Amino acid sequence: MTKHPTGIRAKNVKKQRPVNLQLNTISFPPAAITSILHRITGVALFFALLFVIGAWACSVSSPEGFEAVQQQMNGWLGKVIAIGTISALSYHILGGVRHLIMDMGVWEELESGNNSAKAIIGIWIVLTVVVGVLLW
Amino acid sequence: MVTSQASLKRDGVQDFVTIRATAIIMTAFSLFMLWYFISTPTVTYEGWHALFSHLGMKVFTFATLLSIMLHVRIGLWQVLTDYVKAAGLRAAVQFVLNLIAFVYVAVGLFVLWGI
Ligand code: HEM
Ligand code: HEM
Repeated sequence: MTKHPTGIRAKNVKKQRPVNLQLNTISFPPAAITSILHRITGVALFFALLFVIGAWACSVSSPEGFEAVQQQMNGWLGKVIAIGTISALSYHILGGVRHLIMDMGVWEELESGNNSAKAIIGIWIVLTVVVGVLLW
Repeated sequence: MVTSQASLKRDGVQDFVTIRATAIIMTAFSLFMLWYFISTPTVTYEGWHALFSHLGMKVFTFATLLSIMLHVRIGLWQVLTDYVKAAGLRAAVQFVLNLIAFVYVAVGLFVLWGI
């Protein structure tokens, strides 16, 4: 154990560091939620493209492929994937456009930033419900 | 800074611009497809096939697929550097993800070629 110049052992110094593991006391402001959602939807979209590009390749290649995809899309799994993909894409675009606007120096204050964050989450939920109702 | 643009070295400004430029192309494609599905009462094989037969649509589709590859090359790297600290593992995961992104483009190219 190395000695600290003050005589306190390093082990004790480490122990005295403040820790905050009380997760319920950490608050997540709207801007933090939009940020993590943008990240989650970005990664999710990358894997959703497996289905989207697969289905697209299948559907434009032959009439039989088109029919097969249409059939899949009418099943519950196809609908869940389609609605999920469109929902993730619409959130990622909303968040991305907010990024582009903030890059130009707008909505960078605490209040306007939180308001725009709440706005895109609201628009996203409405869009997802509309798409869900239309496709189901 | 012509030399830095021409070299293979990446920097943050280039990544920033690439993410945004590709974002605009992908958004345009998404809005176009949205408009197509809204304005077409019944999507038939004939109509769907004809849409992607246009040279303009082939170029637009291919540009979008390329944009996706460039966008996720940077985007997924950003995510991985935050969560995967072991350099070897990160390089391996990144390689696999970039390979998948490349396959997306390759599949698109072959399909568009055949239409
Ligand atoms: C943005 C979302 C999506 C759109 C716009 C979409 C659209 C389509 C279209 C147009 C087809 C071809 C229809 C046909 O050929 O009859 C298809 C087929 C298909 N889709 Fe989707 N799709 C989406 C998401 C998904 C997802 C997330 C899945 C995941 C399971 C999925 C699974 C399939 C399958 C398995 C086929 C059939 C492929 C085959 O012929 O074997 N789709 N989709
Ligand atoms: C379907 C294809 C797409 C995929 C797979 C995708 C994926 C990603 C990923 C993984 C990230 C990194 C996220 C992070 O670092 O937290 C990212 C960032 C970003 N995406 Fe996308 N994205 C797609 C489409 C789009 C579109 C259409 C836009 C249009 C607005 C967009 C705008 C952005 C922006 C602005 C960033 C940078 C965010 C930042 O600087 O933190 N993306 N994307």
